Amino acid sequence: MKSNLKFVSGDEAVALGVRLARPHVISAYPITPQTIVVERLADFVEDGSLKAEYMHVESEHSAMAAAMGVSSVGARAFTATSSQGLLHMAECVHYASGARFPIVMMNANRSIAVPWSIYGDQRDSLGLLDSGWIQVYVEDAQEALDMMIQAYKVAEHPEVMTPFMVNLDGFVLTHTYEPVEVPDQKQVDDFLPMYQSTNKMSMDEPKSLCFSTSPADNQEFKYMQHKAMEGSVDIIREVDAEFGQVFGRYYHGMTESYRCEDAEAVLMTLGSVTGTVRTVVDMLRAEGHKVGVFKIRYMRPFPQDEVKELGKLGSRVGVLEKNISFGNEGTVFTNVNSVFSTLEKRVESKNYVGGLGGRDITKEDIRGIFMDLLSKEPFTERVEFIGMGCDTNE
Amino acid sequence: MIQVRWHGRGGQGSFTIARLLGAAAVLQEGKNALAFPTFGPERRGAPVLGFTKISDEKIHDRSEVQSCDYVVVLDETLVDENTVKGLLSDGCILINTKNPQRYREMFDCKVIGIDATEIALKHIGLPITNTAMLGALIAESKMLKIESVKAVIATEMRANLVEKNHAALMAAYQQIKGEQS
Repeated sequence: MKSNLKFVSGDEAVALGVRLARPHVISAYPITPQTIVVERLADFVEDGSLKAEYMHVESEHSAMAAAMGVSSVGARAFTATSSQGLLHMAECVHYASGARFPIVMMNANRSIAVPWSIYGDQRDSLGLLDSGWIQVYVEDAQEALDMMIQAYKVAEHPEVMTPFMVNLDGFVLTHTYEPVEVPDQKQVDDFLPMYQSTNKMSMDEPKSLCFSTSPADNQEFKYMQHKAMEGSVDIIREVDAEFGQVFGRYYHGMTESYRCEDAEAVLMTLGSVTGTVRTVVDMLRAEGHKVGVFKIRYMRPFPQDEVKELGKLGSRVGVLEKNISFGNEGTVFTNVNSVFSTLEKRVESKNYVGGLGGRDITKEDIRGIFMDLLSKEPFTERVEFIGMGCDTNE
Repeated sequence: MIQVRWHGRGGQGSFTIARLLGAAAVLQEGKNALAFPTFGPERRGAPVLGFTKISDEKIHDRSEVQSCDYVVVLDETLVDENTVKGLLSDGCILINTKNPQRYREMFDCKVIGIDATEIALKHIGLPITNTAMLGALIAESKMLKIESVKAVIATEMRANLVEKNHAALMAAYQQIKGEQS
């Protein structure tokens, strides 16, 4: 048996990954279902296994403000949040990316009030898609741990210098225990050297950070931010490939395509529902149906090349998301179609919205989506809410 | 894949035991497992469920558990006709009770009854029956080796609780084994 194998929850896997990344300061404010992350990190600081300053701040807004302070002196910062907490810190979230502070934050994806709910969907982080943060969505606890390490390496790259949000589905990932391999600290130290930056306050090289600009300069800063985010695609691919070589786990960069090559119907997913869709794909393949799943890992930067290549395969494409932009459609769907619009041949696509406020997305729901996609009938609606009706299970 | 659903009340250790079973499968026998509670706020005394899925393959399915091979009830005040919902036809319900006959009349499926409260009071000194019920489940199902479960109790529980819980585990295990022979 591997000695580094553990049976831990997604939240615990995040904390183990953060410990391996050796942040200097953790600014923490607890919120369900993220709380276990900051609790475990507090344990690690207390027992001496993580040499970091632990700041228990008074709100999420302060958690991000503190993380910016840490990053502004060239130190490595970590924080974690969820849902209303992410929204409460929203002002500082934009601030951190504009100031080019490579902070790493875990977000436990959770519904947004009202109705108040502690259960999962992805409307919190997708609501901050334009905040200038890199956003990755993971499928299981192992990927969560591994991405904490990759996140710092990408964010702190001199050409990127952009904060990084790692998203885990609330409860389904944060509170589920599963096997996780914990990498060796020495190997992580070699893979992720200490943060070096010139973007910091320094007596030797004084400079102004988090400054104001007049209309004469502001747009150029935003342009540079945009180009750095676009350029991070290559760094994300390189870091993932190197991680695979060192640690033996490779996540296929921006997206992962499963059984899509000859598929007549492909379902695009974000986060933990990908695993359930994989299961259904295998079941339907065994029945002779040509179906596949396309896992979008990064929402920002957006995987334009990969989505374009998928669009060229000629499959009918569904986009399944735990999100809705009221009055339009799901935001993931909008982003996907924007890429498809650059193709010569039109891709038939449809949006499936489900899992809001923690509603279970069942294998039957997913089978139904595939049957809808496989039928050659024209779509009667662009956006369909799946799994509607009262939950009669209990 | 084997799926177990644990029924208890908040504070009785029904999720802890779901997790220990998964840990034993993964860390001692090299299998794959997922363990999770009913998602939501934690409330002492409220009915809660714990789930353990064990498989030789990686478990990708993250949807809610609809069916199970075993239902284990730590607190018999929770039992009603819905307790066996989703239990497969060849499945089995294990109940902490002094009166198993009552449940054999209530359910069509196989019923295993064991007075885990008495075992827990004798060996642990508290009516915390989770390890005793796990011993009964292992004896009935043979899904893992009892030594694997003992090993994770030794590493996952606080040092002063290990010996007591080993005793409760083994007492229930031996009792069900004895009834089988």
